[in-house]
Amino acid sequence: MDASLIDYSRAQFALTAIYHFLFVPLTLGLSFIIAIMETIYVKTNKPKYKKMTKFWMGLFAINFAIGVATGIIMEFEFGTNWANYSWFVGDIFGAPLAIEGILAFFLESTFFAVMFFGWNKVSKGFHLLSTWLVAIGSNLSALWILIANGWMQYPVGMKFNIDTVRNEMSNFADVALSPVAISKFLHTVGSGYVISSLFVIGISAWYLLKGRNIAFAKSSMLIGATFGLIVSIFLFITGDESAHQVALKQPVKLAAMEGLYEGKTQAGIVAFGILNDKKNVDNDENTYLFNLEIPYALSILGYRDSFAYVPGLKDLVYGNEKYNIESAEDKIKKGKIALEAFKDYKKFKNQNKIEESNNSKFLFETYEDYFGYGYLDNPKDILPPIGLTFYSFHIMVSFCMWFILLFMVILFLLLKKDITTQRFWLYASLYSIPLGYIAAEAGWIVAEVGRQPWAIQDLMPVGIAATNISSTNVQITFWLFAFLFTALLIAEIKIMTKQIKIGPNGGH
Amino acid sequence: MKTISRVFSFYYDGFKNLKVGKSLWKIVIIKLLVIFVVLNYFVYDKNLNTEYKTIKEKQDFIFTNLTKGK
Repeated sequence: MDASLIDYSRAQFALTAIYHFLFVPLTLGLSFIIAIMETIYVKTNKPKYKKMTKFWMGLFAINFAIGVATGIIMEFEFGTNWANYSWFVGDIFGAPLAIEGILAFFLESTFFAVMFFGWNKVSKGFHLLSTWLVAIGSNLSALWILIANGWMQYPVGMKFNIDTVRNEMSNFADVALSPVAISKFLHTVGSGYVISSLFVIGISAWYLLKGRNIAFAKSSMLIGATFGLIVSIFLFITGDESAHQVALKQPVKLAAMEGLYEGKTQAGIVAFGILNDKKNVDNDENTYLFNLEIPYALSILGYRDSFAYVPGLKDLVYGNEKYNIESAEDKIKKGKIALEAFKDYKKFKNQNKIEESNNSKFLFETYEDYFGYGYLDNPKDILPPIGLTFYSFHIMVSFCMWFILLFMVILFLLLKKDITTQRFWLYASLYSIPLGYIAAEAGWIVAEVGRQPWAIQDLMPVGIAATNISSTNVQITFWLFAFLFTALLIAEIKIMTKQIKIGPNGGH
Repeated sequence: MKTISRVFSFYYDGFKNLKVGKSLWKIVIIKLLVIFVVLNYFVYDKNLNTEYKTIKEKQDFIFTNLTKGK
């Protein structure tokens, strides 16, 4: 297949996912923050909390309205640009997405109307319940989508049906409760909560810098920073578990995240580093031009043992007998046997040669786990882009550390000092809003670029997942989407900025 | 009937009293038109279900894609 077609199909999907995920995080987290604000209002009956809830709810609504349905485009892309993939895994991948549409999205949308239109029309209790149900619905949507994504990273609970050329679900619980899916869900929604907290403290900081709505901004900031500190620690813990799962299920990704070419015991984590771009798996150049390392941390993170051996990229490409690591070359050989047996099975079956087809099926099933490797030609094809994965991972982690510090400082200043005089920290809060988004997108890059060349880990490379359609059509739609999404983003920023300038005393 | 009327007036009053919401609804409607009409019917108009009617045809198409040149 034309390489530019695959690249454009990937770029188009990446563009859609990245833009879609600019809208999602605020929905995930701000819904909980406004639910907390409204709960305080219902408990205390103080009008200032009602005003606060309504203001942030207005911003939530802007984000919800602009972002809603942008994810549908990815489902269209599955059907047209990724038809091979869709058929190959549709039985498994489709189920969580269908549940998401039927259950979570409708729960969220139904109660969104009550939450937004229902002030003074339904009881306080029912309104509060609706607000919480919107928050829960938003997060349930994310749960099912991330279960689907988690399955792509770690395919379980299915059996390949050689006759229908389709993976069929054999155990729903294995798919839904996969440790990769669960840790991915918790970590991803955690990033949404942190972004939302940064959004609340950042905008509140802007009011304080302008000397407007001081009491409102301080109260909002207190709720935002408290929630933010809790969820940023939660994000750090879930990130640790997520990386542990990566070490167990996707060791190439972990090695790429750390730029680890040579495997080692007592492996450290690079706290800060600049990769040497001359380095590759075949030479002995230094990996880093500069690096600061935290000793033992990677062995602990990956395998919960400070003396554990962490395989490097060389081990994973060329194998390492001492540590029982199979080479990519051996995996490719086995994959090609599986692929050949797959072809033979169909051929013999069409010729009604029962015994030969059964033999081919047995051979296929023997090497089925290596099936995806049959499409690779070179052991080094298993390597993702190392630099992009490495830097994205380190940007994400560094920003997470910054957010924890920021929330702690803001809370301290709110409780112990006069925060209105702390202009550095107010500006830091304001300018940290985009950093939250950058960290979340960097996280997605680690998850998705880091598992290349696989669309489905070890089963289907991206090049095989794509449909052979006109490259020109994909290029045109790529630019069409870039325009559409950029227009939506500009509209969101303009409307939101206008509403923020009007402030909590304006309407919705 | 009374319930339907109450639900209708709930939404009617809600939409009527929107301020920023009116601009948002315009954006939502335009966006949904682009996604569900332009993209659905003119850009993403071809997929396995539109091109192949039977399951056997779909299986054969995918089998060919997964095995050709390999």
